[in-house]
Amino acid sequence: MNLIEARSVVLAYDGRTAVSNLTFDLEEGDYLCVVGENGSGKSTLLRAITGDITPAGGKLLISPVLKKHGIGYLPQQTAIQRDFPATVEEVVLSGCVKGDSFGLSWKRESKKRAAEAMELLKISSLSKTCIGELSGGQRQKVLLARAMCASDRLLLLDEPTTGLDPASAHELYETIGKINEEKHCAIVSVTHDIQCALEEARHVLSLCRGHYYFGTVEGYRAHELHDAELDHSMHHHHREEEPVQ
Amino acid sequence: MTLSEIFSSSFLLDVIIKALVVGILVSVCSSVLGVCLVLKRHSMIGDGLSHVGYFAVAVGACAGVGGTFSMEIAIPIVIAAAVLIFRLAKREGKLNGDSACAIVSTGAVAIGTLLYNLTGGRSGDICSSLFGSSSIVTISTKDVILSIALSAVVILWFALSYKTIFAVTFDDNFSRAAGVKTEVFGLLLAVLTGLTIVVGMKMMGSIMISAILIFPPLTAMRLTKSFKVTVILSAVISAVCFIIGFFLATALSLQTGAAVVTVELIFFAITATIAYAVSKSRIRSRGKSAANGNIAEQEI
Ligand SMILES: Nc1ncnc2c1ncn2[C@@H]1O[C@H](COP(=O)(O)OP(=O)(O)OP(=O)(O)O)[C@@H](O)[C@H]1O
Ligand SMILES: [Mg+2]
Repeated sequence: MNLIEARSVVLAYDGRTAVSNLTFDLEEGDYLCVVGENGSGKSTLLRAITGDITPAGGKLLISPVLKKHGIGYLPQQTAIQRDFPATVEEVVLSGCVKGDSFGLSWKRESKKRAAEAMELLKISSLSKTCIGELSGGQRQKVLLARAMCASDRLLLLDEPTTGLDPASAHELYETIGKINEEKHCAIVSVTHDIQCALEEARHVLSLCRGHYYFGTVEGYRAHELHDAELDHSMHHHHREEEPVQ
Repeated sequence: MTLSEIFSSSFLLDVIIKALVVGILVSVCSSVLGVCLVLKRHSMIGDGLSHVGYFAVAVGACAGVGGTFSMEIAIPIVIAAAVLIFRLAKREGKLNGDSACAIVSTGAVAIGTLLYNLTGGRSGDICSSLFGSSSIVTISTKDVILSIALSAVVILWFALSYKTIFAVTFDDNFSRAAGVKTEVFGLLLAVLTGLTIVVGMKMMGSIMISAILIFPPLTAMRLTKSFKVTVILSAVISAVCFIIGFFLATALSLQTGAAVVTVELIFFAITATIAYAVSKSRIRSRGKSAANGNIAEQEI
């Protein structure tokens, strides 16, 4: 079975629809890039996948594999409290909680996993720092490392490059691509940085106003070009992405 | 009564020991659970539940079962309210969690007071349920057993699932996605908090009980940056403050709850001042460059 199968899914807050009639699949090891303007329902979709909100209609099937192995989730805004008493290492380790929940201290495997994740994101030197003392970008990396500890089947990343400098952002996309390829870990990544994301992604889900698109990256580029022609006179923001071959 | 009088009477000594056991255990439970409440920004839940406790005592008193404080009536009511309040606290939207809790808690106080009025309850009853019994003689063996059982559950829960508690307290959305049963955590936290409030209310009073949920964690957080140490320190501070407050109250004939909370307040003020002074001096020695973030943070 696919990791996720969405069939005519409707997502709503207090009866107000945020996403309507959405259909897509996520295969094991896939890399799906979710795009769309502000308020189009990208974060809402991820929250539905994590089980935080239940669909108001349609079917959203989450594979038992994910129930068993968990999902690594990087929320868009985490209201991390500056005063929360925890070090970077403790936070990254807390990603391992699903497989290592019993008792007071962490298993050796968990510690190794956390150390590897911190190594990969180049935050090992911060491991003893208090989480409240980090910059926005450093914190983003810590939370990403935590997500990487939580699952090797699916990472849900909601704007992972928020707050990262351009070099770090580029490096991050490469890292995510590497995780996807080497560990066959599926990725669902929400982003506004379309060019960068398309280099790594295999499928695209676009939640742009009214006309949803789900398909391969190549298909999306053709679709975008078509759209841009339609919107030619409207100075639609898609024009900026026109020079794509 | 003076301390020497107490130690010369075996009856008084028995009462004192019972009260001390209940008080220390309740202080430990409340401060440990309080760490989660404070860090999850759920301080108002403790407050709301203590008001429901007042309501529950009113119901018990008016039904005329088991004297002024009827555990049999209070426990189910407070547990039900705990579950309800935690459901409400998660709400987003028109009526958010904060306001929903406020409605439940103030509603409970109003209806509880009306119950006293309608059934001709004495104002002394209202007073003792608000501020705690004026005499610790009312602490019974049942209270002692309940508080031992409760603290055993709380301490075991923390010892066995410390990592889950940390993960969920830090970020429940992430934990849910990772596969942790966050609802079970929320429910347990709510029910245990409710029980702690019921058990502690007789001594501390419903107004004061929510203070012992939040003061020790807030004090501990000034002193350490590790979650584990915060939990332990919070329990120690809470127990020490209770003991000091309790003996002050006994020796000077003060209300126990008020004395304990005042001691906790003093502890908090002292640690906050020290933490502030330390951060100031660290900034001075480090120079202005690196420390800007720290000032803002420590001042709060
Ligand atoms: N907690 C909430 N309660 C009510 N409505 C919400 C809530 N969160 C989001 N919405 C609404 O749902 C719609 C989709 O929001 P969502 O956060 O999913 O957008 P998004 O695509 O992630 O936007 P962005 O690019 O700004 O992150 C918006 O119209 C928003 O107003
Ligand atoms: Mg979003």
